[in-house]
Amino acid sequence: MRRSFLRLVSRRLAAAAPGLAGVVVVTFCLMRALPGDPAAYFAGNAATKEAIEQVRVKLGLDKSLPEQFVSYVRDLARANLGQSVTTGQPVRAEMLARLPASLELTLTALLLAVAVALPAGVLAATRPGSWVDQAVRVLTTAGVSLPTFFTGILLVYVFYYLLGWAPPPTGRLDSLFPTPPRVTGFYLADSLIARDFETFRACLRQLALPAVTMALFVMAPLARMTRASMLGVLGSDFIRTARASGLSSRTVLWTYGFRNAMLPVVTTLGMILSFMLGANVLVEKVFAWPGIGSFALESLLASDYAPVQGFILIMATLYVLLNLAIDILYGIIDPRVRIEA
Amino acid sequence: MRWTRTLLLGLIAGLVIAPHAASAQSRAETLVVVTEVGPNMLDIHAPGANRPSYQAAWNIYDRLITFGSKTLKDGSKMYDYASLKPELAESWQLAPDGMSVTFKLRKDAKFHDGSPVTANDVKWSFDRAVTVGGFPTFQMKAGSLEKPEQFEAVDDYTFRVKFIRKDKLSMPDLGVPVAAVINSKLAKQHATQQDPWAVEWVKQNDAGGGAYRIESWKPGQETIYARFEDWKSGPMPKIRRVIVREIPSAGTRRAMLEKGDADISFDLPPKDFAEIAKEDKLKVTGIPIENSHRYLGMNVVKPPFNNVKVRQAVAYVLPYEKIFSTAFFGRGIILPTPVATNTFGYDPKLYPYKMGDTAKAKQLMAEAGYPGGFETPFYMDAGRTTTDEPAAVLIQEALNQIGIKTTIEKVPAANWRANQGKKEMPLFVDQFGGWLNYPEYFFFWNYHGQNATFNVSSYVNPEMDKWIDSARFETDQKKYAEDVREMQKVAMRDVPRLPFVQLYLDVAMQKNVVGYQYWFHIQLDFRQLAKS
Repeated sequence: MRRSFLRLVSRRLAAAAPGLAGVVVVTFCLMRALPGDPAAYFAGNAATKEAIEQVRVKLGLDKSLPEQFVSYVRDLARANLGQSVTTGQPVRAEMLARLPASLELTLTALLLAVAVALPAGVLAATRPGSWVDQAVRVLTTAGVSLPTFFTGILLVYVFYYLLGWAPPPTGRLDSLFPTPPRVTGFYLADSLIARDFETFRACLRQLALPAVTMALFVMAPLARMTRASMLGVLGSDFIRTARASGLSSRTVLWTYGFRNAMLPVVTTLGMILSFMLGANVLVEKVFAWPGIGSFALESLLASDYAPVQGFILIMATLYVLLNLAIDILYGIIDPRVRIEA
Repeated sequence: MRWTRTLLLGLIAGLVIAPHAASAQSRAETLVVVTEVGPNMLDIHAPGANRPSYQAAWNIYDRLITFGSKTLKDGSKMYDYASLKPELAESWQLAPDGMSVTFKLRKDAKFHDGSPVTANDVKWSFDRAVTVGGFPTFQMKAGSLEKPEQFEAVDDYTFRVKFIRKDKLSMPDLGVPVAAVINSKLAKQHATQQDPWAVEWVKQNDAGGGAYRIESWKPGQETIYARFEDWKSGPMPKIRRVIVREIPSAGTRRAMLEKGDADISFDLPPKDFAEIAKEDKLKVTGIPIENSHRYLGMNVVKPPFNNVKVRQAVAYVLPYEKIFSTAFFGRGIILPTPVATNTFGYDPKLYPYKMGDTAKAKQLMAEAGYPGGFETPFYMDAGRTTTDEPAAVLIQEALNQIGIKTTIEKVPAANWRANQGKKEMPLFVDQFGGWLNYPEYFFFWNYHGQNATFNVSSYVNPEMDKWIDSARFETDQKKYAEDVREMQKVAMRDVPRLPFVQLYLDVAMQKNVVGYQYWFHIQLDFRQLAKS
């Protein structure tokens, strides 16, 4: 059983390889097809034509496209994602530092959203048309129709500027606190591992507002999907049978109803997670959060090839892993689902 | 659902209970700076070093010489380009023939690693600046500092620069951030065959001997500077620790200032500065950025703007006042002529047109053969939308009166430099500022027939070149003044561009922050600052 499971996983990963190779080629070509001249940009202010050419040679952009591609792939094989000219750092180091920041924020927000949206969706489904249902609808519609940068600024204004409850929105951790020794890269987890509760609380305070901002935005699809799916399941034959058999309403709702309603919710969850990872640029900006989204955007604006290529490659890999994880989750929720390549 | 409840409770508890213990650290000797973007490198010679990295280089490195300071009428302070002051050099002597200068270095100066600063370090640093290529090399060239042979370490504490020509920019050019003195022994340990100047290492590390050393640096987040207690090149700075935080959102930067969580900030939109200046919570200092202007440019080689009458017609209708008050909220000075208000030769009377004379403009359009006007794209840098978009809209409206219908095209900031280089934009808003405060230096980049990147209009006129070249090496003050006047007259007659505003370098700070001083590199020098 376990062996066949492992084989399936490795087969799925192998099947993803050509896709990833395609991503490498396409992003490489796309970046170079964009207008804009990185050499001119990075040559700086008082640059003459010769200065620009010198920078071009330094960046290796004077070589032909195939040559550039070969050296890019050779570097990739050595897990070298190149140098970011904008930040002056190796892209791999940047990604290693920024990916956990993005993941920590995204996962916290997702957890928060799930914690609120799932019960709300179930509640709404059990009492369709009631005031609870209406309230959930209003809340989620408001959440999704307010753009995240607006919610973010609003929360900063109220909780930092007016009330003074939240710390200044200056990223992951105030510099007064020591950065927890890196184990997972997640500050919350790392500070707990180091048993530094003061730092843990400081991290949590920094994380609260951006996480709530993002959670508000993604709550809507989750709650709506839970509600719709629950409604469908609750109206089906096996629930009627279970009720007729005299099972407690709790067992009917959670053991039979909820579990069966989870499949589409998990699918939505996967989609939302991948969307959040790339699309939280605005939240990162408002809260000075050092994530990968704003980094990729700034690099794109500066025609800084290496970080954008690295970003897309990492995102593609994450998507592959995420989809795999979701498929496995399917199998756990509903044993009838088979993971096939 | 018990875990959700616990999680929520935990989150709320974390939010409400404030950590008082850690924030008790004394703030009096710590300065918190907030900025949009921080340094991307610590080495100003590295290719791609951004503007904020000039600030890092300026504070962690010393130069041979620096500039004095002067107090303006309103009490604000700025550096004085006319007075050179010792930094690493205790004194210097110009050779009788004026073709070399000999510096005596101070003997007690140390780098941050404790090793002494010697003439060999100076030579290595200057050799590096003129050899690595790109921006540093061209900045050195602006002062006729071009070859390593020009630099000589006579002994450990004597250093000589030989001039290849008499150039009044040579001496001031030794006081710009590019002329930093690097710890050559330290850097050389990290040099490799491909990287003989150790650019890879120096751009990530502190190899300086300046008044501040890097305590920690997280690119994209935060730079922390600590005072270098062994610094000898000037009076010991008051601020012990400087934290520069990168806060991308201008609104957040302002909120942090107003809440007292930050001490000082540049780069807010002019509207914010105007508002903060009116309120009484913080203080704002605005000093016109030397040798700079923002302008409306026109391509002089492509129709329809290749016709000088069309360009002059634009001058008659350009809404100077409106742009100044609506787009820039008055944070600057209206500047109709090329030379800035605090640069030698400023003279707004050289402006030959009557502002707002639509009839005259229409007549010129008709004479040029465009009685019905024409359509044209109108370019602006998307990196400056806060000010340039309202300005562009006002210009669009004004040009509409004489039949010039424009479509505004926003160019992403990264492509702007490439667009400048291509010189194909028929109509555009742009800016330029020069480090060295000399009018001919500005003209050399912007109006000269060498057709540098910044001559975006492709303006080439031998008559203009004659005045610029003559001004560069003119030693007679009277003739020099005439050259500068003639340069401007030609520029205003041919109008390859219409300057319209000289912006302030605005800075907002807490009332207890004193000693702020304007520098030509428009970055913060921590050494003069203090908290009262």
